[in-house]
Amino acid sequence: MMNNKKILLSGNEAIARGAIQAGCGFYAGYPITPQNELIGYMSNHLRDSGGVFIQAESELAAINMVYGAAASGARAMTSSSSPGISLMQEGISYIAGSALPAVIVNIMRGGPGLGNIAPAQSDYFQATRGGGHGDYRLIVLAPDSVQEAYDLTREAFYLSDKYRVPAMILGDGVLGQMMEPVELSVKKAKMGDKSGWCLSGCQGRQPHVVKSFFLREGELEKFNLKLQKVYRRIEEKEARCEEMFLAGAEIILVAYGTMARIAKSVIMRLRNEGKKIGLIRPVSLWPFPREAFRAAGRNTEYLVLEMSYGQMLEDVRLAVAGRRKIEFLGRSGGGILSEGEIIDKIRSLIRKPGGRK
Amino acid sequence: MHKVFSVPDPLRKTPTHYCPGCGHGIAHRLVAEVIQDLGIRGKTIAVAPVGCAVVAYDYWKFDCSEAPHGRALAVATAIKRMQPEKIVFTYQGDGDLAAIGTNETIHAANRGENLSVVFINNAIYGMTGGQLAPTTLLGQKTSTSAAGRDKKLHGYPLKISEMLALLPGVCYLERVSLHNPGEVLKAKSAIRRAFQNQLEGLGFSLVEVLSPCPTYWGLSPREALDWIRDVMQKEFPLGRIK
Ligand SMILES: Cc1ncc(C[n+]2csc(CCOP(=O)(O)OP(=O)(O)O)c2C)c(N)n1
Ligand code: SF4
Ligand SMILES: [Mg+2]
Repeated sequence: MMNNKKILLSGNEAIARGAIQAGCGFYAGYPITPQNELIGYMSNHLRDSGGVFIQAESELAAINMVYGAAASGARAMTSSSSPGISLMQEGISYIAGSALPAVIVNIMRGGPGLGNIAPAQSDYFQATRGGGHGDYRLIVLAPDSVQEAYDLTREAFYLSDKYRVPAMILGDGVLGQMMEPVELSVKKAKMGDKSGWCLSGCQGRQPHVVKSFFLREGELEKFNLKLQKVYRRIEEKEARCEEMFLAGAEIILVAYGTMARIAKSVIMRLRNEGKKIGLIRPVSLWPFPREAFRAAGRNTEYLVLEMSYGQMLEDVRLAVAGRRKIEFLGRSGGGILSEGEIIDKIRSLIRKPGGRK
Repeated sequence: MHKVFSVPDPLRKTPTHYCPGCGHGIAHRLVAEVIQDLGIRGKTIAVAPVGCAVVAYDYWKFDCSEAPHGRALAVATAIKRMQPEKIVFTYQGDGDLAAIGTNETIHAANRGENLSVVFINNAIYGMTGGQLAPTTLLGQKTSTSAAGRDKKLHGYPLKISEMLALLPGVCYLERVSLHNPGEVLKAKSAIRRAFQNQLEGLGFSLVEVLSPCPTYWGLSPREALDWIRDVMQKEFPLGRIK
């Protein structure tokens, strides 16, 4: 029997290895901290599996190279961190508008502007609202461990191919840099058939055109409605989240990625004291796992935790739709909420007049 | 009877949206003829620009990709790297290639990507209404330089082809013009050469085509051709650059 190997990897390397395992045939990127191990790994290893690596002259070039590779039918990826992802937005919009599959990795850092290189979660809006111009969405997956970074990267390629919608892996500097054991997959990637639309030369068939331009009256609206249908299907089928101790929970923490790891240790500490604390960890940020918010008991309160000043908070509000109270705690720009800060907040909620004991 | 002209296979039999006297239609046909002559229609992939030629894929009968304004050479780089056996070319205007896309142009050229580029220099932004282009001549009036291009305000006409000649990755550069039938024939053989180079794996080839835009030059189609002959080619001399 074939045994799956477990090895120690950083999050960035795990994403790179997950991509190669998923059959990524093309990578272009431009260096930026804190994701340099990712571009580094791709530069050293993608060629071994027959893929093409290009260090692009900018993120603009990188994302448009991804466009070209995706149009050629390849599984294509780029990675960057916040400022670089901002620069890519026009290209991502074109990829969405041309119904091309592609995977974009954002290992977020502090912003706005050049900000700093500390981990942050302040690109949530940009990731989940499309980011560039036009009515489009990205499938956004947010791992909270190195193993999940590996697994979700593969998943991102499959989902992106399946729906012809670009997918994003949204992590942060902590996830990118930390080392954890990872069980590698030995499954061979299944490659879909793209010969019906990709650019390969028109020998023996009608020419293919890959484009996002719809000039004739009504054409763009028709295309957009088609996209919307795909997005509704994704919302129905692909929402993912991890739930912990929801039954009977008085306070449900809501956190994703690195923030969720801290939330998990808080929960373990407080549950040892008998406090009824649960967790909803959205794994797909778009589609947002709305259903997870339906089950809460009448007296349950939500506490949203983010390394931003409240971006996912808006999706929680939409999901909860006024039925329960929602509290928020967040830091951004280099600060990461500590377990102590979160526990203090929880205690204040429990002690509050009219609150639980 | 001896047939002197027919529509080449890689060109659709559709009227174009170009203005009367525009050079784009001629350049499209030249590209199609070259592809026909070389017998490569089935393995050619074009990258169209954003500019007046944005829908070039409506006129050509082979695989085509769009690219965001200025990014054609990034898109083409990846297509060619993924499919080295295919013939990949970009078709770009002067705003596309020499303003917003200068970086992609220089770096694709410097990497020596085995690509062919048809660069349409009409000294203007056609699509957006006749604004100043990097290639606009000194004194030339445009909608954003109503008093004429002033070197103190706008700098000088950008000679991107001469700049590219410095790069070792570039194997072939030639400037041609569409201002009379003789020049059109020379333009065709330059484009053919750029494709032939790619077939032989020689590296980056670019043909700069001086192309009339009567509409935003404020000239008749005939005067526009004369303006290339009498004025434009003095700033942008024709011939082999590299
Ligand atoms: C990012 C972006 N900026 C601006 C535009 C608007 N735009 C479209 S074409 C064009 C200039 C086209 O000029 P050129 O490349 O010289 O082509 P021509 O129309 O002259 O053939 C501009 C500015 C755009 N489409 N995208
Ligand atoms: S505006 Fe100029 S370049 Fe554009 S189609 Fe008309 S003549 Fe041609
Ligand atoms: Mg122009």
